[in-house]
Amino acid sequence: MGLEYVKISPGFEKYMPRDYVDLVEYGQFGKELDVMQMGQFKELVEEHPMCAGCYMAYFIRVFYAALPKPEDTIVLGTAGCARLALSQAAVPFIYGNYGDTNAVASGLKRALSIRFPDKDKDVVVMAGDGGLMDIGFGMTMHSWFRREKFTTIMVDNEVYGNTGGQESGMSPKGIQLKMAPTGKKFDKINAVELAQTAGCVYVARISPTNPKRIAKVIRRAILAARKFGPTFIHAYTSCNIEYSIPTREVLADARQREKKDFKFYEWMTDEVKEYFNEIEKKAKEVKS
Amino acid sequence: MQEEKKVIVPGPAGYNPKPAAFLGVDLPPPGRALLYGEEVDEEKAMREAAKAMLTRGNPTIFPGPLVLWGWNAAAMEKAKAVLELAQEIPNCRIIPMPDYRPKYPKIDPEAEINPNHPNLTILHNKIEACIFVGVHCHYANLSLRMIRAGTNCFTIALCAEMGHEDAMVSLRDQHAEEIRRFKDVLVQVRNEMGIEWEPKLPPENPSLPKEDWTKITPFDFGEYAALLMPRRGEVVEESE
Repeated sequence: MGLEYVKISPGFEKYMPRDYVDLVEYGQFGKELDVMQMGQFKELVEEHPMCAGCYMAYFIRVFYAALPKPEDTIVLGTAGCARLALSQAAVPFIYGNYGDTNAVASGLKRALSIRFPDKDKDVVVMAGDGGLMDIGFGMTMHSWFRREKFTTIMVDNEVYGNTGGQESGMSPKGIQLKMAPTGKKFDKINAVELAQTAGCVYVARISPTNPKRIAKVIRRAILAARKFGPTFIHAYTSCNIEYSIPTREVLADARQREKKDFKFYEWMTDEVKEYFNEIEKKAKEVKS
Repeated sequence: MQEEKKVIVPGPAGYNPKPAAFLGVDLPPPGRALLYGEEVDEEKAMREAAKAMLTRGNPTIFPGPLVLWGWNAAAMEKAKAVLELAQEIPNCRIIPMPDYRPKYPKIDPEAEINPNHPNLTILHNKIEACIFVGVHCHYANLSLRMIRAGTNCFTIALCAEMGHEDAMVSLRDQHAEEIRRFKDVLVQVRNEMGIEWEPKLPPENPSLPKEDWTKITPFDFGEYAALLMPRRGEVVEESE
């Protein structure tokens, strides 16, 4: 980890594939880039094997573009759709067993803070609703109870999309899915409220319709996790296959959900609020 | 060496071959090396490796991340030594393995090698002898066995740690100085064989043409183009 790992050994510049040379010369490493500049720099993830029209793939792309320090970041994932794209990015990726991502992240974050006491090393868990709120529920909650300093991002597609369409704890009540034909009998878990109660210092719920807002939320969650404690983002990333959303309608669906149960919501503790006011004020001063 | 002692030989050994460790091959102790799965003197293994690189088709060096990225002074020095070695091998090529992430839909086999399917690069380029250097042990083991399973490539592992059982020649504790020693042995063997060669660096990476960021078409957005393109009858307002 660190900028040394993205510096080509002298003499080997002309033997590296163009992709990597571009990543070093025009990539995000060591630079402060705005997410609205996407398309003008080499992104950390480009090709991926996710379904056409997958909204999670879009969210992941914006997530990588928004990382404050990609050279000092480790991403963790688990079984599910997200890891298909996460493992192809130019950021170290750890694949946890189903459900143990937050336990692995806890150990990793602690080890990094012992090994690099003077440096910020960011650990981000990105997993689905199954990985975090169903099978990984216990480990997710306990990492928050322990106030572990890393970010958890739940990419919520409201279904087990990889395995044929079983209902998850995050599927809406009454929904009929391919492998749950009688309809879901109970309500969607209120993950945001759980996170607040369990000790997260920054919590956000977002339907990713606005890249600038996504970037701001991701940045804030990572910065707050560095200093204060666990942070959580609940992102709606529809599964257009299992929910039969035509590719053209995926964005419209996200906008519709944003008006209903995925209204933008952001909550943080007072000390986090104070910290953001301070750094955002400083950033404005530098700009002006 | 007698023929019956050769345990690990160039393949194709067939799908999912028995790992060399299961065939009774042990890693060599310090100062020793593996040749066809047998523990031998380092010099002897180096000479056989040199012969393979000098006589087999399309010799190629596959440098891994530990050499390609200048993450410390030793890595950079080792990289320099690898380039010096490449200069001395007639018609040698360098195809890098910059990292281990899976690549979808497919790698460019002329530009890089990926440990998850190294046979693609080897078969595409008809490589019959190769050197692995600077590849982390786990991925070297994975690749070397896969190469033995599906190709006729002679594999040489220049390992910084304890070596690899699945390579035809495995040299251990190989750092910049030891790689330079291997280079000297190779030059000596080359001269003995009467092969004339003026040292020169291998050709550059024939990667994809550089992307032009100033000319983006809807096709560059791939699957998302459908979300951007106005639909029939749709009015797109400036303020959207």
